[in-house]
Amino acid sequence: MGAEFVQFSLTPILIGIFASVACALPGNFLILRRQALIGDAISHVVLPGIVVAFLITGTVATWPMLAGAAGAALVAVVLIEAVRRLGKIEPGAAMGVIFTSLFAGGVLLLEQSDTSNVHLDVEHALMGNLEQLIWLRADGWASLLDPIALSHLPPELPRMAIATLIIAALTWVFWRPLKLSSFDEGFARALGLPVNLISLGLVAAAAAAAVAAFDAVGSIIVIAMFICPPAAARLMTNRLGAQVGWSVVFATLSAILGYILAGYGPLWLGASNSVSAAGMVAAVSGVILALACLFGPARHRVGVAAGG
Amino acid sequence: MSGFLDALLFQAGYNAALVALGATLLGFAAGAGGSFLFLRKRALVSDAVAHATLPGVGIAFILMVAFGGDGRSLIGLLAGSAVSAWLGLLAVEWMVRRTRLPEDAAIGAVLSVFFGLGVVLLTVIQGMSRGRQAGLEDFLLGSTAGMLRQDAILIAVGGVLIVGAIWLLRRPMTLVAFDPAFAAARGVDVRRVDLAMMGVVLAVTVIGLKLVGLILIVALLIIPPVTARFWSERAESVVWIAGAIGGVSGWIGAAWSASAPALPTGPIIVLVATGAFAVSLMLSPARGVVAAVMARRAFQTRVHRRQGLLALARSEPIHDRLTLKILRNEGFLRPDGVATEAGQRACARIARDEQRWSVARRLHHDTGLTGRYDGLTPITDVFTPDEIAWIDSNIASEGAA
Repeated sequence: MGAEFVQFSLTPILIGIFASVACALPGNFLILRRQALIGDAISHVVLPGIVVAFLITGTVATWPMLAGAAGAALVAVVLIEAVRRLGKIEPGAAMGVIFTSLFAGGVLLLEQSDTSNVHLDVEHALMGNLEQLIWLRADGWASLLDPIALSHLPPELPRMAIATLIIAALTWVFWRPLKLSSFDEGFARALGLPVNLISLGLVAAAAAAAVAAFDAVGSIIVIAMFICPPAAARLMTNRLGAQVGWSVVFATLSAILGYILAGYGPLWLGASNSVSAAGMVAAVSGVILALACLFGPARHRVGVAAGG
Repeated sequence: MSGFLDALLFQAGYNAALVALGATLLGFAAGAGGSFLFLRKRALVSDAVAHATLPGVGIAFILMVAFGGDGRSLIGLLAGSAVSAWLGLLAVEWMVRRTRLPEDAAIGAVLSVFFGLGVVLLTVIQGMSRGRQAGLEDFLLGSTAGMLRQDAILIAVGGVLIVGAIWLLRRPMTLVAFDPAFAAARGVDVRRVDLAMMGVVLAVTVIGLKLVGLILIVALLIIPPVTARFWSERAESVVWIAGAIGGVSGWIGAAWSASAPALPTGPIIVLVATGAFAVSLMLSPARGVVAAVMARRAFQTRVHRRQGLLALARSEPIHDRLTLKILRNEGFLRPDGVATEAGQRACARIARDEQRWSVARRLHHDTGLTGRYDGLTPITDVFTPDEIAWIDSNIASEGAA
């Protein structure tokens, strides 16, 4: 736990935690609303978004990429809704049609354009580059107080931290309307809450979290964190406040354990190469969910006998 | 363009012909097999199945290398992917049955966790001395470049077998997909038929891994059935129409991608299917957007024509622009707002129709018939000529009285 840890592990772990929490927070409400797979859809359409942004600007700079991803997420949500209404198709299938088509379009655009001299490929979008977000200027814990070293932090860290704070603040501010409209939409509508607007806002927040996170950590973590920590938390408690709390704990735990297991696990087993941190974080969140499915105190449906 | 035609006619070389044939059969199997899932409203389960294949591919490779092989045997990798996809499917079912999580959350959890595990295994393989040229990343998006002859034959034979299985099981699967409660009442074992459906989806996924890859095989399972639904209201024809759409997409897509460089097979096949979907969404006669817009316009015109003529008959002024436009276009109204001869005849007809209706609704006993008055339907569509004669005689006697 010395200088090397601060240099090579501290920043990726922190970025992983922020990304995981940012996705897990809206994930809680998406799961309650049976919209869990919207995160999956959004993270697929990020690819065409960043490819189009690259084709327009010609560079792989951060902000055009984020704008492209956000634009693609918006286009996807609008298209899904249009197909659902115009074609009278059930939401799951409408989602399946749109996100796979957009993803295929993204792959085709990528193949057609000359991206040989830039770092832009499908695997990057899927797996992110968590391991590369290191803090080279740090030489120990003291660097945390050193303004020069701090100014060389990977830019993903402050960006992800701000995004997470904004999402946490939004969750806190809109807690009551979110809670009401997620549990009982009819009642919320009767109270005069703008239910459709809340729903749209939630999807927008989820899209923002996904877009902010994918660049640093890749789509795998994004999809896993939208679903696994909130789902595990849902099996721990019947209270929404406690559920959100649990989901933050599970997300944080997945990020820390996943990164450490990916980076150091193979060394303990005698292998020389580390494995994908993004994949490992997702796998750890799956283990946590499996444990919650087996032992979570609120795992049963109401009205179903224990053990049934 | 001639390259595309050659490829369409299986004339672009032996390998390209095999790929096109395999893609056609795979597309047909995926479209038909996906229909049952779509009708059962569980389309996205296929997404979990597809992503759950990845760890199996990795483990199969590692095992085959550990036992001295070179690890790239397609059939071994596909067997591994089938096992882990099956485990993923069982995990979804188990979570839905044993916990209170809804199915979409279970799908998402299995999808992301299995995929994450698969990516971990891929990085383990990259660290192995034999793993550098493994090319397992090809399973993400599919790759037809350097496809071996036996691989193509495997895909083609697999496609034929799946289509055969679908044909044998079409009755129970249609029944369960359409109405599981009714199927259960008829004595069909719904759970086992569901498992068979999943088996078909799993087989399609595994066979399609090499050709279109695990991320896009979902598209071939979902888009053709959704497209077919626009063209038929019958469950069984949806299945075969979806198969045809999938097969044609596979055929055209494979040929197209063989005709020029930088056209990856999987995405092109998917985009051809998407094109068919977009056309159907617009042009389907029963459920399409154009048909809906035209039906709405026709209805609007009928309402405005009728109300406009009624107003003319009562010599009331017409202010609505659309009404005026329709009456002018149909030659009922002169530009200065006076009724033409045809317009006067139409007015008289409509006025008489309204008068007959008002008498009929007052005097006729059958409310099932008089209840069909909606201000649009001509009375001659509802009552028989002698009933109308009776109505007219009532009008005449009331007029005399």
